[in-house]
Parts: sequence; structure tokens; C-alpha cells
Amino acid sequence: MSEHTEHSSSLGTYILIWIALLAGTVLTVFAAHINLGPFNAAVALTIATTKALLVALFFMHIRGASEKLLKLVVISTVFFLIILLALSMADYGTRGLRAW
Amino acid sequence: MATPSGPQGERENYLNKHYGVWSWLLTTDHKRIALLYLMSVTFFFFIGGFFALLIRLELLTPASDLVQADTYNKLFTMHGMVMVFFFLIPVVPAVLGNFLIPIMIGAKDLAFPRINLLSWYLYVVGGLLITHCMLTGGVDTGWTFYTPFSTAFTNTKIIEAGLAAFVAGFSSIFTGLNFIVTIHRMRAPGMTWSRLPLFVWAHYATSIIQILGTPVVAITIVLVAAERLFHLGIFDPKLGGDPLLFQHLFWFYSHPAVYIMILPSMGIISEIIACFSRKRIFGYNFVALSSIAIAVLGFLVWAHHMFVAGISVYAALIFSFLTYFVGVPSAIKVFNWTATLYKGSIRYDAPMLYAFGFLGLFTIGGLTGLFLACLGINVHVTDTYFVVAHFHYIMVGGVLMAYLGGIHFWWPKISGRMYPEGWARLGALTVFIGFNLTFFPQFILGYLGMPRRYADYSHMPEFQILNVLSTAGSTVLGIGYLLPMLYLLWSMRYGKPASDNPWNAAGLEWKIASPPTTFNFEEEPVVTWEAYNYEELDAPHHEEVPVGR
Amino acid sequence: MADSSVAVHSEEHNPALLHHFTEPQQQRDAASLGMWIFLATEVMFFGGLFCAYLIYRLKYFGEFAAASQTLSWKLGMTNTIVLICSSLTVVLAVWASQHAKRALLLGSLALTILLGFGFLGIKTIEYREKFENHHVPGPSFSFDEKVPGHPDLKANPYHAQIYFSLYFVMTGLHALHMIIGIGFFVWLLVAAWKGRFTPEYNTPLEMGGLYWHFVDIVWIYLFPLLYLIDLRK
Repeated sequence: MSEHTEHSSSLGTYILIWIALLAGTVLTVFAAHINLGPFNAAVALTIATTKALLVALFFMHIRGASEKLLKLVVISTVFFLIILLALSMADYGTRGLRAW
Repeated sequence: MATPSGPQGERENYLNKHYGVWSWLLTTDHKRIALLYLMSVTFFFFIGGFFALLIRLELLTPASDLVQADTYNKLFTMHGMVMVFFFLIPVVPAVLGNFLIPIMIGAKDLAFPRINLLSWYLYVVGGLLITHCMLTGGVDTGWTFYTPFSTAFTNTKIIEAGLAAFVAGFSSIFTGLNFIVTIHRMRAPGMTWSRLPLFVWAHYATSIIQILGTPVVAITIVLVAAERLFHLGIFDPKLGGDPLLFQHLFWFYSHPAVYIMILPSMGIISEIIACFSRKRIFGYNFVALSSIAIAVLGFLVWAHHMFVAGISVYAALIFSFLTYFVGVPSAIKVFNWTATLYKGSIRYDAPMLYAFGFLGLFTIGGLTGLFLACLGINVHVTDTYFVVAHFHYIMVGGVLMAYLGGIHFWWPKISGRMYPEGWARLGALTVFIGFNLTFFPQFILGYLGMPRRYADYSHMPEFQILNVLSTAGSTVLGIGYLLPMLYLLWSMRYGKPASDNPWNAAGLEWKIASPPTTFNFEEEPVVTWEAYNYEELDAPHHEEVPVGR
Repeated sequence: MADSSVAVHSEEHNPALLHHFTEPQQQRDAASLGMWIFLATEVMFFGGLFCAYLIYRLKYFGEFAAASQTLSWKLGMTNTIVLICSSLTVVLAVWASQHAKRALLLGSLALTILLGFGFLGIKTIEYREKFENHHVPGPSFSFDEKVPGHPDLKANPYHAQIYFSLYFVMTGLHALHMIIGIGFFVWLLVAAWKGRFTPEYNTPLEMGGLYWHFVDIVWIYLFPLLYLIDLRK
């Protein structure tokens, strides 16, 4: 039951992730200035999610966690947040739709 | 190291270990914190009950003659706010959950005892805020605070009441956090998940809801306050806002909140029915997993409170469909409890009487929820007394009866005294009769069309007779609540001293002294038996081996 | 990590072990799970605001784009970089405590606090600019811009006000969390100075780190959503 939940990554890994995060930031700003039509938002959110995952997995040590519980906590929380957004959109996205 | 279970006072226990007000106000003992909560929630229960009494008095006559409509709005608002946020949500987890969960899993305390005390202080601060709000005019929006009335029109103290709910909400969040970590990390050796009492499973599921749902209503309250202060326009249609956004965010919490209220009560019922049928709960796995299923599914149905509010018909279809699913795990539990009774050795002690009451009343309340899930019916009975009756059957007929049953069941453990059984059975019966007389007429009133939250129904004077019955019932119900208050207090001094296990019940809490010592167990228990091992307990030559005394 | 030597320590010898836990690893695991669950509540707390944002952005995209263009994406990008660097200094601090590197630990903590103040400083500059331009929601709000891509279409100021309401509530709540985080890290710096953290016991550092990274993640989403809505040429 009481297992080691984490062992930290090496310094080199941290620096690499840091550089990746900085690169992602620059990329986000760059992509925002290009006209991608409806895909601008999707690109921005994808990059943001990637950055968030890097922080969570490596800086917050989820990747090294031997116990599945922490991953379950994170996944459940994100799941319910998505439920809030998605089911609200079930209302807002379908208002004004004409009846079949 | 066996400690003799003689009359209380000869032996050191959590009650007499330290004396003085500060030893209580600065305690980190989960059992003392549970009693602090017991006093505070009981206080607010009677405040909420007082408002209920005024409502029922007003409704004795069709005209709005006892109070004006504006005052009546405040009465039902304060009744709702106090009962929901300061009684129903905290009561079972903070009183019985706090007291029992560490003991049931074989631990010395919760994972974070100081945060547990903080939870109580947050509750008290919230309580002081709401009390001050009540004394200085109260709020008139309904406990549901719908916008734009609450943000742009009402002159009552929304921000103070909102702050009270916000602070109480964090009390709830920290309790849930504490329980989840405790149940994961502090179980004694051998106490596997499948050996946990169903009471613990129920509180685990409840805590999931507290963690994930409460923050959303918290931020909603922040937005309402900001809107009121700065006229932001987020919820104001004149400024481009959508009042329904408030309702979505509000009900995202407030629907799962009703499962925060009922799940712990279901846990109590599992314990009582097992003990007074002398049987393991039928379908343990199903009951345990149903608790989790209720917690998850409960988050998917919130807009069934908004069917006629203006959501799209497609959203209404989706939410109606999902709402039917959430009734299934509750039904599974009712079937399993009933199957437990079958061929059980039934005893009719007071806790069991409350449990029987629960089974019937919760079933009725739950079934009427299915009526409400049906869009066609919903259009007719929404905002009528049908809805009021539905949720009172569950809140009062369900939660409150289970809570009273649990208080009686564990009273010997908490206080070291037995309550007077005769008076207790009378109390249970009085509550049951009073409850049905109060709320069954309201189902009829509802489908006949009497709207809720109306002080004046003089355009429908034919409703008076049912209202009079309902008010009469509420008086009986009130007596039913006063009785336990009185005889439980009496028993603390004059009740028969209780043995460690007066019910010969299963569970780690019954293996330690009544009342327990401060650290519950002298040594950490090692669990080698399954939950609800009533066959063993009732075997002719069973010898109770003291565990971790 | 020296597991076996920790296990040998009894309650009397390990002052950090609280009485209701049976061993230090259990206490660590409890603290870790507790902090993660607290972060889950924070996700849902901010989540309500993201829900409101999503709905209104879809409804009033033009005004949201116009309003967003009045923010400085350069300042926003700078702040993003500041926070990312501060997350690095936080993991460095935790690493330093695990390897008993006192100088690195103290330096990293101090740098984290400095970067935190840097973030708040830039935010103050941004807020002041908004105040001067009457973009703060309330009685003095005024907004007179065109919808991007539609030079003949004026932005509805009420709808723009909704954007700014969300902007201030979301970044304000985020800033409040930053302030609390900085306060906690000041406490960590003092405790580290006093030598409270060892390779066996650095739980408060790790817990503070988790909180800080979470606040960083919130900003990682706020930046593109608030600043980069429509910068297309």
C-alpha cells in the first residue's frame, strides 16, 4: 500500500522539458498570427494541452508515479470538467436549431 | 490489554480524557469534532425547521394573511438555504462519518486531523454569516439564487448569504478530501476494499462528489457577487448575458449535491439492515459499486432542473434520457436491501424501524423522480408541490430517517449509554406518521396544480383542506424530532451504561470500548474476516476476541 | 532514497512523523494524495470560468476577438515565459533538496519568488493599462472598436464587457493564487534556510511545487485563450 510514489527525473530531463515548454510558447504565438481559418483555436489548445501534459508528467512527477491512483485522480477530474463543458454545449450548441 | 467495560467514568475515554472548553475547541480528535458538528448541525436543523413551521402556518389559509409575499419569499429561501447547506449536506458525513470512518477502517484518526478541525470552523463561520444574514433581513430569491433576480433586482443580502454558502462549501470540500485520503491510505492491515463496511464505500463515493462538484458552485457564487457589485452582464440578458448560464453552473453542483445528501444515508441503512437481519448485505459488490455509479452518473443529469427554463429541446431530450439511468443504481440498492431482509432474523429495534421507514419513503421519493424525468409530465408538475413532495420524501423520508436511525444505532458507541427503547420506537413511529401526513398531500396538491413558493393561493381555495392536513402533519413531525432530542440528552446522564457491542454487530467499531479511547485502538488491528460476518457472530460458541484494545 | 534507514526509525526518533500515521512513507503518500485532490478541486473551480468563457466566446466571437486585440500579446508571452522558468526553478529546488544541495535549494526558491513577483509586476502594468483605457467593467466602461475582419462592423460594447469581465475574474483569480503561492514559497525559503528539509523529508517542498505547477498550467491555458483569439493578418 505504501509504495514510493515518485523518483525525480534527472536534471537533464528537466532542462529539456523547459526548453520544450518555451518552444511551445513561441510556436503558439507564431501560429496565432497565421490564418488557419477555424483551426486557429484547435492548434492553440492542442499546443497548450501538450505543454500542460509536459508539466504534469515531468515536473509534477505523474510519469514516475508507481501508483495508478494519481493518474486516476487527474483523469477523473479532467473527465468531469469535459462533462461540464460538453453537456453545457449540448444546450448552447443546439439552441436555434430547426426541428427536423 | 483488555479494559473492562464498566460504567462510564471509571475508564478513560475520549469524552473524559481532557476537560474544558479549549480541549474541545482545539481538539483534533475526530470523535470530538464529530460531536462539535452534532451540536452545530442540530442547531441549524431547528432554525430551518422553525422557518418550515412558519411556512406551514401561512399555508393554513389561502390568503397571504400571516405574512406578506415578500416575507414569505424570505421564509422559503432561508428554510432552503439553512436546510441544504447547513444541515443536509454536512450532517451524515460530518457527524457519523467523522466519528466512525477511522474506527471502521482500523485507524487512529483521519489523515488530516487539523484540516478536520478547520472544516468545522469553516462551517461555524458560514453559520455565523447566514445567521447574521437572517437576523438582518434575509434573502428572498429562493435557495436557488436564480439570475437576473439575484444579480440585478433583489435588494436583499445576496452577497452575505452567498459568502456563507461559499465558506460552508469549503468545509464540505475539506471533509471530502480528508475522507478520500483516509480511506486510501489509512486502512489497517487486512482491511481490503472488499472488506470495508458499505458505510465507508458510501462516504467514499460522497467525497468524490464533494471534491468535484462543490468548487463549481463556489465559483458561481463568486460570479454572482461580481455581477452584483460591478454589473458585469454575464447573467443579465439586457447586457448580452444568459441567465441560463447561471442555472447550468448552479445545477452542475446542486444536482450531485442531492447525492451528497443521500449516499451517506444509504451507507447507514446498509449497516442497520445487516445488523438487524443478522445477515451479510445481499450483493455487497453491487451495493458498493452502485455508490460509485450514483456519484458518477449524478454529474450527468443536472439540466433536468431546467427543462422548462429555456434550454433547447435537444438538450432536454439528452438530459431526460440520462436522468432515467441515475435511478438504476439506487434501485439496485433497494432491491439488495430487500433481499437482505429475506429469511433474515429481523429485530424491530428503533434503528431498524427508521430503516424500514427509509426503504418505503425513499422508494416513493425515487420513483416520483422518474415521473419528473419524463418531459411531458415535467411540463405540468414543475414548480408545483409535486416537486416539493418528491424531494422532501428523499431528504426527510430518506436522509433524515436514516440519520436518526444511525444516531440511535451508534448512540451506545458515541455516548456509552443506551437510549430508552420504548421512547425511541414511539419517536420513529411519530416521525413516520407525521412525515406522511405532511408530504403525501403535497403530491396531490402538485398534480392538481398548486404552485410552489406561493404565499397566497386564494385563487384555488379548494386546496385548503390538503394544506391543512399537511400543516397538521408537520406538527406531528416536529414532535417526532423533539422526542429524540429530549431522551437522547436524558440518556447521556441517566441512560443505562452500554457494553462494547450491545447489538452484537459486525464491524471494527463494535470491537472497541463504548465510548472509545482517544486513539481508538491500543494496537493496530489486523483484519482477517469478511465484512458482515454475522454467521460467525451468531454462532453458539462464538467468543469475542478483543481486537487492538 | 534510503527506505530501509527510514523504516528503522521509530516514532520517537522521527520528529516529522505525526502520531496517527504508522510510518513516514504513509504520511508522505497521504500528503501527496491530499494535495492532488486539492488540485482537482482547483481544476473544477477554474473550470466553471472556462465554461462561461467557452459559451460566450462562441456566442460573441467578434467582440471577443476585438477585445482580445487590446491586450498586449507580447506582455502575455513574456509572462508565460516567466512562469515556465519559475516552474523550472521549482523542480530544481525539489531536486536540490533530494540531493542535499543547500545553495541550489535556496537559490532556486529565491529565484522562484522573484519570478513570481515579476509575473505580478507585469500583470499590474497590464491592469493599469486596462484601467486607463476604460476597459474595466462597471459604470466607467467604454469600448469603441471594430470587429476584426469586418471594418464596417462596430463591436457591441456590452458583449465586449463580458469578455473583460471574464478576463478580470480569470486572471484576477489566477493572480490571487500566485500571491498565495509566493507567500507559501517565502515560508519554504525560510524553512529551507533553517535546514528543515533533508533528502528524507522534503514533503512541504514537493507539495508547494505541485501547487505552483498547477498555477502555471492554468496560465498555459489562459494565455492563448485570452490573448491570442484572433491575431491573424
